[in-house]
Amino acid sequence: MRDKILWILGIAVIAILTRDILIMVGLPPEKSQGAVFKIIFFHVPMAITAMAACGVALIASVLFLVTKNFFYDALAVSVTEAGLAFLAANLITGSIWGRNQWGIWWAWDARLTSALVCWILYASYLMLRHAIDEPTQRATFSAVFSIFCFIDVPIVIFSIKWWRTQHPQPVFWGGGSIPSDWFAIALWQLLAMVLLGAMLTIIRLRDEESQREIESMRRIAHAF
Amino acid sequence: MEFFRQVLVIAHKDVRAELRTKEAVNASLAFALVILLLFSFAFDPESETTREISGGLLWIVFAFAGALVLNRSFARELPNDCLDGLIAAPISGAALFLGKALANYALVLSVELVSLPVFSIFYNVHLGAQLPELLLVLALGAWALTVIGTMFSALTVNIRLREVMLPMLTYPILSPALMGAMRLTSLLVVGTAIDKDTFLWLKLLIGFDVMYTAAALMLVDFVLVG
Repeated sequence: MRDKILWILGIAVIAILTRDILIMVGLPPEKSQGAVFKIIFFHVPMAITAMAACGVALIASVLFLVTKNFFYDALAVSVTEAGLAFLAANLITGSIWGRNQWGIWWAWDARLTSALVCWILYASYLMLRHAIDEPTQRATFSAVFSIFCFIDVPIVIFSIKWWRTQHPQPVFWGGGSIPSDWFAIALWQLLAMVLLGAMLTIIRLRDEESQREIESMRRIAHAF
Repeated sequence: MEFFRQVLVIAHKDVRAELRTKEAVNASLAFALVILLLFSFAFDPESETTREISGGLLWIVFAFAGALVLNRSFARELPNDCLDGLIAAPISGAALFLGKALANYALVLSVELVSLPVFSIFYNVHLGAQLPELLLVLALGAWALTVIGTMFSALTVNIRLREVMLPMLTYPILSPALMGAMRLTSLLVVGTAIDKDTFLWLKLLIGFDVMYTAAALMLVDFVLVG
């Protein structure tokens, strides 16, 4: 069943991405930025997917603390890893755009800094997991830490409004103007990224579950 | 009422234990002094630009020195299984946490209040101009440091690489509060008053304190009891 879902997700992602890229190639360059503007069709959907992953990680962590069901722990770590990959890709695409437009790879403005802080936070979540051997303790402690991390996420989202910043104001939903067909591509891209994220999470979830199975078998073997 | 009495008993116990040995506070103060000395090599201590970034320097000193105090908070209870005794005691995890946080707050604040005048002398910074506001920022920033540090001290007390993990978990979470405290302190030590723009940072600092205190009180039972 899960394999079938994976195949369907994979085919859907490839189909949407192929379609979007073909359309993007045909788009005219933006007036002041030129072709590099098109990176936004990856940059923004990736950021939104990463944020959504943080949200799922929060829900999974809370559910673990409430139910003590290890499935939610596995889900939390899987979705965090997938989200971390998207956030990294978001930072890298942003960096490439910044190099082209600002002339620098990195600017220490509030939003970039917050995104980096977020990345480091969730990376330390993974490191915390590595430092704890006992499964129940590992799951509980990392769930608590994940909730702490999530409280940081609103600061990232609102920082652009709170602080004066070098980052351009949001093009979608933020006063910028964009042709409606460009907006449609962005939405399709968002769908592709979310599906890709779900796919990565399911693959990682399968790893995590078989790892737990191996661990419990090892424990049984030790008991004999 | 009973809750606050329990909190005070724990806080009192921790402060008294610390004052008898003074191990964490002494180490922390000495460390703060060492960092202040090292900064004088990194930046020209007499230049005007150093004064402009002095808020940042000060909070780096506080954050590093504070971590030494916070690291000891729960680690101190490990010998003779004192931590198990505390957890088995008929008090809630929240009371235990808050008591320890209050004791740590007193210790961190005392380290800050001692290193502040030393810093002012070494770096030729006049603290008098906006002293009440500066003390407010100090108190808010120290609470942010304490509440996060105490929580993660409880979280890391039993795991491998405790000394490494505590700062690694604490500083990233703390970074918005540190940013706010650094910005405000830098402005206040050069005599600028808090205006409408910088008031946002103060609000951020207060919001950070409230949110994380609430989160820590809610979640600490999971960390202590499981």
